[in-house]
Amino acid sequence: MTEPPLLEVAGLSVDFATRRGVVRAVRDVDLSLRAGECLAVVGESGSGKSVTARALLGLAGAGARVRARTLSFEGRDLRRLSGREWRRLRGRRIGYVLQDALTSLDPLRRVGHEVAEALEVHGLAGRDDLDDQVIGLLAEAGVPDPDVRFLQYPHELSGGLRQRALIASAIAARPSLLIADEPTTALDVTVQAQVLDLLRARARAGTAVLLISHDLAVVARLADHVAVLYAGLVVERGPADALLRAPAHPYTADLLAAVPAVDGPARELPLARTGPPAAGGCPYAPRCALADDRCRAEPPPPVPYGPGREVRCFHAGRERPAPASGAAAPPRVKDHAVVSVRGITKRYRSPGGSWRTAVDDVSFDLRAGEALGLVGESGSGKSTTARIVLAEIAPDAGTVLLDGEAWSAPRERARRARRSRIQLVDQDPLSSFDPRFTVERVVGEAVPGRMPRRLRRDRVAGLLAEVGLDDALLDRRPAQLSGGQRQRVAIARALAPGPEVIVCDEPVSALDVTVQAQILALLARLRREAGVALLFISHDLGVVRQVCDRVAVMKDGALVETGDVADVFRAPRAAYTAELLAAVPRIDVGRTAGRAAPAMNLEGLP
Amino acid sequence: MAPLALRLTRRLALTLFVLWGAATLAFAGMRLVPGDPARIIAGGVQANATPEVLDAIRDQYGLREPVGVQYVLFLGRLLRADLGGSYQLGRPVSSVIGEQLGPTLSLAAGAAVLGFCLAVALALLTAGRPRVRAISRVLEFCSISTPNFWIGILLLAAFSFRLRWFPVLGDEGAAALVLPCAALALPIAGVLAQVTREGLERALDQPFALTARSRGATENRIRARHALRHAALPVLTLSGWVLGELLAGTVVVETVFARQGLGHVVVAAVRGRDFPVVTGVVVLSALTFSLINIGLDLLYGLVDPRVREAAA
Repeated sequence: MTEPPLLEVAGLSVDFATRRGVVRAVRDVDLSLRAGECLAVVGESGSGKSVTARALLGLAGAGARVRARTLSFEGRDLRRLSGREWRRLRGRRIGYVLQDALTSLDPLRRVGHEVAEALEVHGLAGRDDLDDQVIGLLAEAGVPDPDVRFLQYPHELSGGLRQRALIASAIAARPSLLIADEPTTALDVTVQAQVLDLLRARARAGTAVLLISHDLAVVARLADHVAVLYAGLVVERGPADALLRAPAHPYTADLLAAVPAVDGPARELPLARTGPPAAGGCPYAPRCALADDRCRAEPPPPVPYGPGREVRCFHAGRERPAPASGAAAPPRVKDHAVVSVRGITKRYRSPGGSWRTAVDDVSFDLRAGEALGLVGESGSGKSTTARIVLAEIAPDAGTVLLDGEAWSAPRERARRARRSRIQLVDQDPLSSFDPRFTVERVVGEAVPGRMPRRLRRDRVAGLLAEVGLDDALLDRRPAQLSGGQRQRVAIARALAPGPEVIVCDEPVSALDVTVQAQILALLARLRREAGVALLFISHDLGVVRQVCDRVAVMKDGALVETGDVADVFRAPRAAYTAELLAAVPRIDVGRTAGRAAPAMNLEGLP
Repeated sequence: MAPLALRLTRRLALTLFVLWGAATLAFAGMRLVPGDPARIIAGGVQANATPEVLDAIRDQYGLREPVGVQYVLFLGRLLRADLGGSYQLGRPVSSVIGEQLGPTLSLAAGAAVLGFCLAVALALLTAGRPRVRAISRVLEFCSISTPNFWIGILLLAAFSFRLRWFPVLGDEGAAALVLPCAALALPIAGVLAQVTREGLERALDQPFALTARSRGATENRIRARHALRHAALPVLTLSGWVLGELLAGTVVVETVFARQGLGHVVVAAVRGRDFPVVTGVVVLSALTFSLINIGLDLLYGLVDPRVREAAA
């Protein structure tokens, strides 16, 4: 192989000048990528992975200072490009797919126009064949009925189709490099699998794919090579196979350990330590179980580790001490049901005037101290069910009982006194907090009863301690908290009135895996100690496997299967459950990148 | 029925309601003002009309009837689009308004077009560019906070008296329209430019703008093809306000520039308590207001496909 790499990056650094000084978002990053290969850049939010991607497009931002020893693509030195030359490169030679196609496609323009833009800008299509080309591209990206879809607007398409349309627009001008920044993050597992297959097909056809992701399972499915980014630094890189099977850097190992597995028994998730990256020495030292004085004093240089691998660690490959897992007494599940859902149905009027059944005759019991998982794809009626259980909306038919008493039927005034017994933890606590409130006030509001401010402050501090937060956070505002801290505050607020049930609606979907693992461990501990029952809504089957005792699977508003979580996941009875489980990307079954996803029927998609 | 037709029917019904309300208010307003209508018709207190003349007038205009009956008669005439005759001018109101509508319409339309174009151009050029934005902001604040008549006087002083580019007074030809339009348009342009720029900047921050850049689109293309449409939504919302501003502004500007027009007619009619003329202008304004708002409503759907369905 004497052919030079398509993309060669060495010593890439991106700095941002802010009011509080220079932020070094990306530090000394080396990457190389050949045609037909897929390189994954992995890291948690804030690790600099998106900034790296944008720097390769010359779109790092107005305040960014980009430096590199080598920055070459197709043999050209990207450091010397003028604005006009960059524009000729973007879209034409390098395609870019952003996450969340709902906001990444212009909501006011037809899908076809968006796909056509790259062709128009680069003068690749005449007026008479533009539409045909766009329809062809949509078909190539697996969009059914492309001649209908290209006249529709992004909000009229499902999430999967939108993402496909976005990919069609990125590959329109046949670029030799495709950068995909979290291309599957907002998608259901089955759709996610299809989009990953589409990207792999592009790689097979000779396009180089640079995948940016926080999800190691997605990476395992697609990537040939992996670079793990922490605090802007590549801490480990190498072939995906070897790196995922035997991670050498403690951070990679922690990341892998934090991924909740669908298969096998539930295990106590290791509690990764928290802390911001260190300024001097190894940035991971504050969170690392192996860190010693040398790690804290000097930054480890990259050293070779096996064929094609490189690690920035003094203790590469050393076994980490097993994290102290508190002897977990199984939670006490009692026999009586706290929440009984009896045949609830909810219908909505769709814009066209027809009726859509969001929840169709759903019944289940949530026993005291139990964790029940409610899984299904988006639009399956999970969240509507949750809102009915919370008595935010009334069911059209059926009832919900709380502790055997009528809950959904009576007027709100009759319910209000019992509201404290059932609490909610949302996916995005930021939007459910008043941005002007301090943490003390956010949580203090939920503490029942009248009491002097000092006493209330103490109670709030106690609640924060219960969810593993320092009382230094009392005076912070929601925007000043990290995602994990926010979710802990939300849980503290839910715990404040001493509820019997907490409804968790996708509580960890927006979090990094290591933070997610901590929140799941926290929920497990609270179940044990406070005896709270959880109604746990998630699209992530791995998370449900880790947290729940029983699981209920929903499809199109109806329950298709209910049972013990281990039984259902080992031997699903419903075909739909089996389909869901098969689509979940896995890391630990050797190398799965070559395995095709189960064929899905696209006809019925909206 | 098709959703659009249903919506239009509903809006038209609402328009009739608004017209009725406006006419009723005008009727009540003129009746509540102290003074004998007959005397006004006769030419005011100074005219010293004899009691016989006043009696004849009362008979002719039905002023002896109880107020309720007068109101019903008034509405009946309005339904037949009969605005009656002016007390002061002795001519049908419709012909008075018809004559003066042209100059006012060209003034208002010219000002609206100038205001919108100026605002959009300014916003497109200055959005996301801190230095020019700062300069533009100062100018916008100046134009917003200066009253129409003062802008008019300043423009006259500069361009008519000193530079002699445009005629000082009158309404002969297009050249005479330039300064009045500018005086009316500048405050509107100031507000619209700020709203448009904010909308543009918000849109340019969105992921779809980044996607468009990643396709190799030029900055100008992103602004014109993507961001401007997003910025148009808040501007549409403000358009109703712009219309009111125009209506109020024409009165002042026509006075400053000594132009013919409805503004002039209204001032004279209110001062002379010429009830039919005031009513006519009020009903006409309400009608224009309603129709333009219906138009804006339809434009919303044209600009934002998401509104189309939600409204159905």
